[in-house]
Amino acid sequence: MSDKLNNFIKNLDVSAAKFQQMAAERLGNLDFPTTKDEYWKYTRLGKLTKLELSKSADPDRLNLTKHIISNDYLVVVNGFIREDLSQYSKLDFEIDFLGSDRMSEEAYFDKGLNKKDVFSSMNSAFFEKVISIKIGASKINEGPLQIIYVSKGDHIISNTRLYIESGKSSQSEIIQTFIEKESTNSFTNHVTEVYVSENAHLRINKAQLEDDTNSLITTEQIHQEKNSVFKINTVTLSGALVRNNINIAVAGQNCETHMNGAIVTKNNETIDNHTFVDHRVSNCVSHENYKYVLGGKSTGVFNGRVVVQKDAQVINAYQKNDNILLSDFAKINSKPELEIYADDVKCSHGSTTGQLDEDAIFYLQTRGIAEDNAKKLLVRAFVGEVIESFENEHFEKYINTQLELIHGWKN
Amino acid sequence: MSKTLLDIKNLHAEIEEEGKAILKGLNLTVKAGEVHAIMGPNGAGKSTLASVVSGKDGYEVTDGTVEMDGADILELDPDERAKEGLFLAFQYPVEIPGVSNINFLRTALNEIKEYRQEEPISAKDFMAMVREKSALVDLDAKLASRSVNEGFSGGEKKRNEIFQMAMLEPKVAILDETDSGLDIDALRIVAAGVNKLKNENNAVILITHYQRLLDYIVPDFVHVLADGQIVKTGDKSLALELEEKGYDWLN
Amino acid sequence: MAGYTEDELKEELKSQEYEFGFTTDIESEKIPVGLNEEVIRIISAKKEEPEWLLEYRLNAFKVWQEMTEPEWAHVQYEKPKFQEISYFAAPKKQYESWDDVDPEMKATMDKLGISMDEQKKLTGVAVDFVMDSVSVATSFKDKLAELDIIFCSFSEAVKDHPELVKKYLGTVVPTSDNFYAALNSAVFSDGSFCYIPKGVKCPMELSTYFRINESGTGQFERTLLVADAGSYVSYLEGCTAPQRDENQLHAAVVELVALDDAEIKYSTVQNWFPGDKEGKGGVYNFVTKRGICHTNSKISWTQVETGSAVTWKYPSCILKGDNSIGEFYSVAVTNNYQQADTGTKMIHLGKNTKSTVISKGISAGKSQNSYRGLIQIHPKADNARNFTQCDSLLMTDECGAHTFPYIECQNNSAKLEHEATTSKIGEDQIFYCQQRGLSEEKAISLIVNGYCKEVLNKLPMEFAVEAQKLLAISLENSVG
Repeated sequence: MSDKLNNFIKNLDVSAAKFQQMAAERLGNLDFPTTKDEYWKYTRLGKLTKLELSKSADPDRLNLTKHIISNDYLVVVNGFIREDLSQYSKLDFEIDFLGSDRMSEEAYFDKGLNKKDVFSSMNSAFFEKVISIKIGASKINEGPLQIIYVSKGDHIISNTRLYIESGKSSQSEIIQTFIEKESTNSFTNHVTEVYVSENAHLRINKAQLEDDTNSLITTEQIHQEKNSVFKINTVTLSGALVRNNINIAVAGQNCETHMNGAIVTKNNETIDNHTFVDHRVSNCVSHENYKYVLGGKSTGVFNGRVVVQKDAQVINAYQKNDNILLSDFAKINSKPELEIYADDVKCSHGSTTGQLDEDAIFYLQTRGIAEDNAKKLLVRAFVGEVIESFENEHFEKYINTQLELIHGWKN
Repeated sequence: MSKTLLDIKNLHAEIEEEGKAILKGLNLTVKAGEVHAIMGPNGAGKSTLASVVSGKDGYEVTDGTVEMDGADILELDPDERAKEGLFLAFQYPVEIPGVSNINFLRTALNEIKEYRQEEPISAKDFMAMVREKSALVDLDAKLASRSVNEGFSGGEKKRNEIFQMAMLEPKVAILDETDSGLDIDALRIVAAGVNKLKNENNAVILITHYQRLLDYIVPDFVHVLADGQIVKTGDKSLALELEEKGYDWLN
Repeated sequence: MAGYTEDELKEELKSQEYEFGFTTDIESEKIPVGLNEEVIRIISAKKEEPEWLLEYRLNAFKVWQEMTEPEWAHVQYEKPKFQEISYFAAPKKQYESWDDVDPEMKATMDKLGISMDEQKKLTGVAVDFVMDSVSVATSFKDKLAELDIIFCSFSEAVKDHPELVKKYLGTVVPTSDNFYAALNSAVFSDGSFCYIPKGVKCPMELSTYFRINESGTGQFERTLLVADAGSYVSYLEGCTAPQRDENQLHAAVVELVALDDAEIKYSTVQNWFPGDKEGKGGVYNFVTKRGICHTNSKISWTQVETGSAVTWKYPSCILKGDNSIGEFYSVAVTNNYQQADTGTKMIHLGKNTKSTVISKGISAGKSQNSYRGLIQIHPKADNARNFTQCDSLLMTDECGAHTFPYIECQNNSAKLEHEATTSKIGEDQIFYCQQRGLSEEKAISLIVNGYCKEVLNKLPMEFAVEAQKLLAISLENSVG
């Protein structure tokens, strides 16, 4: 193990569980990626890896009222599940908080994760309990279930793990909100694993509102069975370093996959979204739309990768990444990738980068709207496409409120 | 007696992938100098008939024969059928970006000429022919130099089909819903073009849903196609009757 | 552009094997295989090079030795064995005049369709023919000399215009740029040099044909083209290589310098031997091509690539001067087991710089065809503009088409647009053409030519016709 990695996890103890011991052992052969790694080309981990971090179970009662947007919610503080702050008894999901011993018995647990990836391996070694959610077959319109991840305190590391099985023909939504309470220089290392069964519909709405000194890395490993529909919407409005790795294996025919993202920054953030859709079989559709509005000295990274495997015919894949740079010092790196090994496909991507349309600003000004407000209106309209894809008015309202609180945008 | 140009006997065809039978024993004999109209409700198999006769992939002929000029054409590739004198005016003409109409037609014309062991057409004669034939359907000469069907309006596409028909001088022309999407002026132009092109040596088959087109191109025979077969044949008055009573009347 | 010339095409279509796959039997002088400082000294001495150039080579060799051969994600091939390559092959005989040229070599050039006899008659085309590594004959020199245009072999330029070569060599592609550029800098044998003086519009297309002829010899061409302030030149580069079983390495370096208000148009048609249907043999084409644009200047790269077993190539523009323009128009066809990783880099440094990238990839057989392109906007490049369109056409279900754009923007006044599509050749288009009497092969050829038209239109007339033919030949029997 490199000194850097060793130093990073030195304050963490590994449980006695075999699964976690093995993961820790694996870490011994791994190191943090560098910009020489193709998929970390634009993101330096320096500001994260130099932090000295430790675990801390915070016992305080927290007022989360303004972040609660569903009747059913789970609260996780610094990686520890807080049943005392949660409420989900009416929800007809099978929800358990399980250690790795129990989880290892699950057929799909940990199966899809890349064992060479340092962050998901670190998560496997150090998570406290897995939130396991099983949505029964044909369950429709339960929830949504919201999971609130809170960072509290300084120099805290949280390894949070979520496992979801959405049963055959079920339809459901999970909301994930990553927030902070008086927290600085902390790091959340999150892993979500999802198994979407035949005919199931699952939507994940994610809001990431970390402190601008806090970092967040998420790894989402999704497996789709035939005729399923999976949607994931990611909204990132703050954070020092936020990296989302969404890996979707489309393993059954007639699937639909949707990924949307809205990223808004104003300071020194680095927001990096890496998505990977692996079309292994025929007759599927995937659709991706990420919008970045970058201010201050922030950096945006978009790397969308679509692979259509040999013999995966009749695939329709579309990627779109549009960026607006609001300030002279903001940067964007965009890398939409198509790797096609089948022939009967329709795949395309588009990427645009620019400023707000001067003519449009002027037009609004002639109608009596001040320049500043005109810009906000246009930016709001720019990300509007993504916000409309939430299909949840409470979540939409929440994001609008946060946009106003954090970025001063009026809806 | 004039000679038989197209003879379809007991034609059965299905969609390859679905194995769904569309044509179920269709018979049709078309002689030189004749105009036939094939009418019928949606889904009767009208367009399938055009596709099968012209040799489009994706259909399987399970029984029957199609002869042109006395020779079986079912084993021929689409381009060989075209070279034998079969022309299909597409319901939805295909766009081919970057390939000019002129280049396209000249290539086609010379391929056909070579097949017939004729001399290729000179550039000068070709251009004269383009001018003459495009006037026939009032097609702007500019369209001739644009990419095939790209950026053409619906009406322009249909006129372009008839222009191509004029250029290639087929023995049998099948016009698949050529009237659809045309306003009355465009319809008149297209019809006038077809009327000028028909003569005692060729034949025209009009596939249409409405009798409107038949006011301008008067058919010798009107056939009603329903559920994969010709269920009724008459003269022009049959079309009017259908217009009045609808296809339900047949059942 | 010339019309679709059926007869010519038909002629070409008759031969399906690589048509230039013959070897000319000319006595060649080869240095023993292997690479070390001594070999470099021999190369330099044989060419009677000045001391500074030897130093340049030796320095490059040192740099190269310290570099590691790159690993490419989407290209797989057997690595060249650098110690088994002969680094210099020159036809033994030198010629004083065209009449002295070996008849066999003349015949070779006849087969290539670029014989001097023919070329001399063709107005507007001057040819610097490269046989293996040494330029054997040039034409139209007198006419060019009237305008003080220098167009000669690289070796001649070193002798006759050392100050120009010294001033610009390695300024666009530094020795340490990459593994193959360093290797080329150490061992380059010959190539072309061109200088267009201030304000001169070169009245003819300058043309060079490259050809790898000697079995087992690597080809390390060096091209340096300088367009002085306010000048214009259109340069054509054609490549053919005879058929060989073993893989042959080609690692050329092309440097273009467009000084203020100058314009360079650089066109390439490349049909090096791609290997046979089983993927055996073929040329490795690892080329570094780059141009630098000063204020108000323009560099336009146009390429039609149908050859080589493995291609790794990104003709690039450094848009250093304000208001400069970079363009890249490319058609890359791969068939059988060919692999291509090609695209461009547009580096925007100056204000109001513009770049346009149009890339058309066509994959057939079991080939892999990747577009890799970088658009980089530096912080001071205000009002930079880029438009990129890259389309991939798939002909079979066993080939691959990949698109890897890198868009890096550090200036908020930039406007960048990138679009890419990947799709199968339109069955409805093929059927439509067939219904009008075109055979399937011809239909495909016509559709593909139409698909590439935006790029083919950028080629000078003589090349456009040749390129169309090449496309048709490359894609024979390619539909799955």
